[in-house]
Amino acid sequence: MASDRSGAAVEPAVAGEAPATVARVRPSPWPEVPRPVRVARIVIGVVLAVAALYAPLYFEPDVNRLLSQAIYIAIAAMGLNLLTGFNGQVSIGHGAFFGVGAFTSAILIVDHGWTFEATIPVSAALTGVLGLLVGIPALRVRGLYLALVTLGLAVLFPRITQKYVDGTGGVPLLRPSRREFASLIEGLDDDQWAYYLCLAIMALLFVLAWNLVRGRVGRAMIAVRDQELAATTVGVNLAATKVGTFAVSAAYAGVAGSLSVMVDKLADGTNPILYFQRSIEFLVAMVIGGTATILGPAVGALVLVLLRRNTQDLIEGKEILAPALFGAALIVIVFVLPEGLVGGVRRLLLRLGQRTSARGRAPTAP
Amino acid sequence: MQLFLSQVINGVGNGVVFATVALALVLIFRTTRVLNFAQGEMALFSAYISWKLTTFDLPVWVAIGISMAIAFVAGAVIERTLIRPMEGHSPLNVVIITLGLFLGLNALVQLIFGTDPQSMPSPFPKGSVSFIADTRVQKVTIGLMVVLLVECAALWLLLNRTTLGLKLRAVASNPDSARLHGIRAGSMLMFGWAISAAIGALAGSLVASERAALDASLMQVVLVYALAAAALGGFDSIWGAVVSGLVVGVADALTIQYVDALDGIEVVLPLGLILVVLVVMPNGLFGKRTVERV
Amino acid sequence: MSLLELRDVAGGYGPVRVLHDIDLSVEEGQVAVVLGANGAGKTTTLRAISGLLDVVSGDIRFAGTSLVGRPPEAIARLGIAHVPQGRGTFADLTVEDNLRIGAINRRDRDVERDLRHWLEVFPRLGERRDQEAGSMSGGEQQMLALARAMMARPKLLLLDEPSLGLAPLVTRELFDRLAELNREEGLTILVVEQNANLALEIGHWGYVLETGRIAVQGPAAELHDDDAVRKAYLGF
Repeated sequence: MASDRSGAAVEPAVAGEAPATVARVRPSPWPEVPRPVRVARIVIGVVLAVAALYAPLYFEPDVNRLLSQAIYIAIAAMGLNLLTGFNGQVSIGHGAFFGVGAFTSAILIVDHGWTFEATIPVSAALTGVLGLLVGIPALRVRGLYLALVTLGLAVLFPRITQKYVDGTGGVPLLRPSRREFASLIEGLDDDQWAYYLCLAIMALLFVLAWNLVRGRVGRAMIAVRDQELAATTVGVNLAATKVGTFAVSAAYAGVAGSLSVMVDKLADGTNPILYFQRSIEFLVAMVIGGTATILGPAVGALVLVLLRRNTQDLIEGKEILAPALFGAALIVIVFVLPEGLVGGVRRLLLRLGQRTSARGRAPTAP
Repeated sequence: MQLFLSQVINGVGNGVVFATVALALVLIFRTTRVLNFAQGEMALFSAYISWKLTTFDLPVWVAIGISMAIAFVAGAVIERTLIRPMEGHSPLNVVIITLGLFLGLNALVQLIFGTDPQSMPSPFPKGSVSFIADTRVQKVTIGLMVVLLVECAALWLLLNRTTLGLKLRAVASNPDSARLHGIRAGSMLMFGWAISAAIGALAGSLVASERAALDASLMQVVLVYALAAAALGGFDSIWGAVVSGLVVGVADALTIQYVDALDGIEVVLPLGLILVVLVVMPNGLFGKRTVERV
Repeated sequence: MSLLELRDVAGGYGPVRVLHDIDLSVEEGQVAVVLGANGAGKTTTLRAISGLLDVVSGDIRFAGTSLVGRPPEAIARLGIAHVPQGRGTFADLTVEDNLRIGAINRRDRDVERDLRHWLEVFPRLGERRDQEAGSMSGGEQQMLALARAMMARPKLLLLDEPSLGLAPLVTRELFDRLAELNREEGLTILVVEQNANLALEIGHWGYVLETGRIAVQGPAAELHDDDAVRKAYLGF
């Protein structure tokens, strides 16, 4: 990685003579979309939606559980993507927010008799506030250093649960009873209900993220990521944008944590690196799917869950192999698909679209 | 007073270990501007190699030496094959690669060497010698101190008194300009990773022999403390890393002894230190200029 | 034979072609000056010579050896010293270390003597020997860059806009030094400049670049005095 601390590589902003400067000017984040791409997008969207809605009726409960896991990972990765992909703040600490969400739900259910659905907004609010608190010092720390600070959160969280959460047998492990998550709709099994609830919440958060990113706030987020100094000169409130993104992003992870309690029927604080691994899962889902794409995290989460399941079954009695393959897959993906699946497909479609529109139509007069 | 002193001595013992790992982190950061999250697991792997060699009745020091040589080569290979191709890409890619290494190496250790805790023989004599005010110092602690001092002095000499060191510093300071002066920047980056991995191997082996058991989680907490020490030292200074390592070690020991509220979550201390240092004085206690990467 | 010869050189950054068929040569012992507006390709030409830019077609020969395809570090070892824009200062290293980097690939025993020599020639550097190079003024850093380049005992010195950001008096002094080096040490220099007037005064041959092509060339003195050229390209 080139360092730009001293003057050697810095050239004046002259077109053609200054590669460093030219490279930094990105194209508009939302390029004009050619028609074939729009059509392809709609078709893909409809197919995916139908598949997502039909899936739980078709599959066995254990597959539905897997898909529900993919959904909650997708939600957390979506939140991380807002922060890292669109706003440029690297976090390896989202596992901690996820954990706070999980334990909030679990504690409210087990110790205070809440219904599960009511705990979700509480998790969201609590992790949102936490995100705000972390986001403020994060204003002064960036890049690798921010990764370092947030890494600390993920390492710290299990220890806090070990100290303060007293589950069964004195270990920080809470297992709400299955009845707490019983289906609220006649005719749907519990696993189907869990899946649909997760899916509905993901859809809601997806639309929210979509609107956020494509609106004024999104432009501010992206401007801050690409040209921090320049963004402030055109009136972007730097601090508010960064801290706000952090809070929203953390809340997504918190909601994901809550949903994980419903899907997995537990909140676990016994494994000291579990939440660090969660952080990495979210990063992986984001990167596999495509950083700074809207759909990427969901695609990435699905691939991740399938990958993990299949690596686990690969060799009998060698569960350790899963993280090894997982780590290797991570490295391979960065090499092979630096833009992620969605980024790669999008580029392919754009290229196809440009070719067809260049061939088919004369340019319209302005 | 006696309790206080012996806690300080304990802290120094741990601090030496943190300092050594911090040194490895700083060395990579200085030469390549990469924060290597896999440093701890690379050291863990090396520690297992050292242990395995001692089971073949090799003397401990010889085992550690061979392990360091292997790590030296492995470090160069990792830089060349995994880190170098990411040059010019988002720093996020390098973060993800080092995290992938972290997971992969940790699992690989368990696959190759098994999950049962092992015990690594110590290269230092057992027992203790008496110290002021009726306290005693473990010979191991003294041995670790000596190793650390020798290591620092050697590194300092390498960086400041040799042509190779000057090349390393030139590349760290201004890679493009260094190339225009005929310095093979690529080789220097590889060399930086190689030395760093070798130092990590030494650190890992010593940690393994100092702690009662060698298992796959050995280096994870150590890494957090080492990162704290590196941050406190400004990521850039050899002596900064060493002094900070000792400071973190002693502060940790005193916290455990005197601050009951942090019982069980002592790791708050290094994390808090990292945060405070990065927010309040991003140059660390010993760094001399702003280190900033976007 | 010319010391440096560019023949039909084309190149650029990725898909962006910046240089088109550049023909240019520098005679041994002479000062060649490349002039032109911002974006004309002056810096790019130097980067192509020292290997920082991929040459798409054409050939670059230095003392008979082709430079095309060689990495910058190999080209530097052939005896070409390139002082880039921004001066290539190793900001957090001391002035002395900076100078030693200049001589880093020399194997002879005269390095110490050269070090003393350049510290005497540039007394400001002597005073600041143990200071961080980044703490010096722009003019001092340019002198340091010059001295550092000379520590390599180069056969050819490439200078990229040495006057950039310097006060007029300092620029004057710098060009006097360059003329002196050329005269007394026989150093061959290729200098890219916006300050056409000063550069042509010390140069033997001049080139004017326009959008990646050589528009005009000729003896420096003639270019300097040619009203048409001055009006059209040099703006003074």
